[in-house]
Amino acid sequence: MADQSSSNGHYAIEAKNLNVFYGDFHAVKDVNLTVEKNKITALIGPSGCGKSTVLRCFNRMNDLIPVARIQGDVLFHGKNIYDPDVDPVQVRRRIGMVFQKPNPFPKSIYDNVAWGAKINGFKGDLDELVRTSLEGAALWDEVKDKLDANGYSLSGGQQQRLCIARALAVRPDIILMDEPTSALDPIASLRIEELMIQLAEQYTIIVVTHNMQQAARVSDYTAFFTVDEGRTGYLEEFAPTEELFTTPRSRITEDYITGRFG
Amino acid sequence: MTNNSYFPEGSELERFVKRRRQKGVIWRSLFLLATTLGVVILMVLLLSIIDDSLGYAAVQYKIDPQEMVVGFYQDMALNAPNARTFDDADELARALVAQPDAVGLLDEATFRAHADDLRAVSIEDGELPGVVVAVSQQNDWPQSVSMLELMPLFTIAETWSDVRAAWPETPVHRYLPPASSPALTTFVASVYGDDPAQQPVEALLAMLAQHLSPGALRQFVAEKPLDQRTQEEVLGILEERVLEPTVIETWSLSRSILHKDEIEAAIAGMPDAELEFRRWVTWDFITSPQSSRPELAGVRTAIIGSLWVVLITLLFSVPVGIGAAVYLEEYGSGSRLDQFIENNINNLAGVPSIIYGMLGLAVFVRALEPLTSGSMFGLADPTTANGRTILAAGLTLGLLILPIIIINAREAIRAVPRAFREASYGLGATQWQTIWHHVLPNAIPGILTGSILAISRAFGETAPLVVVGASTAIFVDPNGPFSKFTTLPIQIYQWTSRPQAAFQNLAAAAIIVLLALLLALNAVAILLRNKYQRSY
Repeated sequence: MADQSSSNGHYAIEAKNLNVFYGDFHAVKDVNLTVEKNKITALIGPSGCGKSTVLRCFNRMNDLIPVARIQGDVLFHGKNIYDPDVDPVQVRRRIGMVFQKPNPFPKSIYDNVAWGAKINGFKGDLDELVRTSLEGAALWDEVKDKLDANGYSLSGGQQQRLCIARALAVRPDIILMDEPTSALDPIASLRIEELMIQLAEQYTIIVVTHNMQQAARVSDYTAFFTVDEGRTGYLEEFAPTEELFTTPRSRITEDYITGRFG
Repeated sequence: MTNNSYFPEGSELERFVKRRRQKGVIWRSLFLLATTLGVVILMVLLLSIIDDSLGYAAVQYKIDPQEMVVGFYQDMALNAPNARTFDDADELARALVAQPDAVGLLDEATFRAHADDLRAVSIEDGELPGVVVAVSQQNDWPQSVSMLELMPLFTIAETWSDVRAAWPETPVHRYLPPASSPALTTFVASVYGDDPAQQPVEALLAMLAQHLSPGALRQFVAEKPLDQRTQEEVLGILEERVLEPTVIETWSLSRSILHKDEIEAAIAGMPDAELEFRRWVTWDFITSPQSSRPELAGVRTAIIGSLWVVLITLLFSVPVGIGAAVYLEEYGSGSRLDQFIENNINNLAGVPSIIYGMLGLAVFVRALEPLTSGSMFGLADPTTANGRTILAAGLTLGLLILPIIIINAREAIRAVPRAFREASYGLGATQWQTIWHHVLPNAIPGILTGSILAISRAFGETAPLVVVGASTAIFVDPNGPFSKFTTLPIQIYQWTSRPQAAFQNLAAAAIIVLLALLLALNAVAILLRNKYQRSY
């Protein structure tokens, strides 16, 4: 997909009237969300509200679930990524992902980072790419002497940063993070949060989190999702983070962020 | 407070806990019993096989090996230059007295009767029980001789000096008792030995020439010149063509140990039979081709046949099985057709193997004959020229184990964590890149385990091969996929149905070989599997 300017140039990605169905179940309805470039956007909400589902719509990961069906548009560089002429492989190359549980490949640290670049036809200096990617994920100093070691020989927090380095290696525009710290201890979580703020200088980040403090600490914008009576998720409120946490417009949002439910 | 009364307390609690624990103990004993039962049955099975593969055997020779050796040297002595035979020992003694250049063989009694005129030559390094090597009193040179010197003295030496340089150059005259006399037999047996295995290769070759027809001998020479053959080879030919041992009866190891007296009584009632302790699994057994005579039969043909068949099976079923598993797991959309295929595969795993034999007969042996016989490629084996070949058998067994391999490979592929696939897709990998780089490498240990089990099953399979037409009597090694063949299980099956006692022991020996081969295959596979063991 060519890097083309669009009418709404400062948005990295935009969801318009997004609906997701799992078979007959209407999982998420009518989501309208604009994600700004080089900002961190947090998706929060109670369990089952569809925030992960929405996140996975942004790089067509829901395609992997046979019963999932998507309606509406997700505009990336002004182009709907669900148009029939768009190849999901190209979308995922531009929009990387970091998962809830660290999932390095059972390969060496070097190969973990280099593999994505290799399969995407990278022609430059692989060693250099691996180094800059690991530096970008604040992992280089810890692993530079053992690049041949298996990815699983690292600690949980290191593994998650390895996964971030792996995502950086294909030079994406956007990085999606699906509860990236939920499997980590508080100190490792903090390092990831610091890293996210650093990365936002170059990348657009969308992060799903269960942890409201985390959302408040790192994100620029926060989208609050919740469910209606039919257990269908929807976007209740979307605002700059400070605004959403201090002066929520919606009563439900206020109840959630003050801990009255969720 | 009152809530507590709903739960047992005090002594009641103690009894209650005890009862619960007892239940666990009972179950544990049951499981232990089941395990023990399994192990015991396995041990009994192994022991019964080992029991049959060792033990005494009553062996009858067409020509007794000792008689053959003794007879050979007797003939040599009797036909030596200047050899004279005397039917009457006294006459021999008198002739010996008169001829100073002669050496004679006498029994002790006759020698003593003529002791005044004759002199006994002492033997330096041995004893000749009841036999005296004598010379005339007028002869004064051989005071004593060694066993080694006796050999030429009575056979090939022409003059006395040929035996020992110090002796005169006069020709040796040999005065001998007749062939049937105990004196000559004892003498030959003591000097030259009577065990064929200890004879030099030249002597064995001469014995072969003596007993074989010139035609048969020429056949051996054509195979390999006689002077290039080792003593062992010649001994083997002698055993096969001249001695022709026949095992009349065999006893198992347990009977050999526990009922030795019965066996000895039985052997006493068998004329010409000798009792030998036999190990049926020998190197000869493994390296000899099949034979209709149990004494010579081996499993080489069957081992090579088995390995060929399993190789074809492996080459066919493993790639096809993995391919089908990948399709069903990764690409299959769950459509009706996919479900139909899936159900069929699961059911096929339970179809009796004989049915696969029928299928193999109809499809591979008959319908695809040009392919399986090799005539399509002009490679048909002239001795078969039909579809009953290794290729047909390998493909049949391949079909048999294909469902097992598919099911196991699918399990292994399904066990690859979803997280690896997601990570791969998340980086912009295509489905094929994901499968090739992440799914298959991580599924390999599981796929290997399943394939090992399946291949082991194919290795021991008999029924379908009987239908497909494994040869029961085949004496040439298979040399390619288009050869006719037999396999180890077929060989065992065939031997167990033979009436001769010795074939039962051969069957037991072949079972041991089969088990050893299976163990070896599994060991290799386990090593391979451990090498690729998952590291996450």
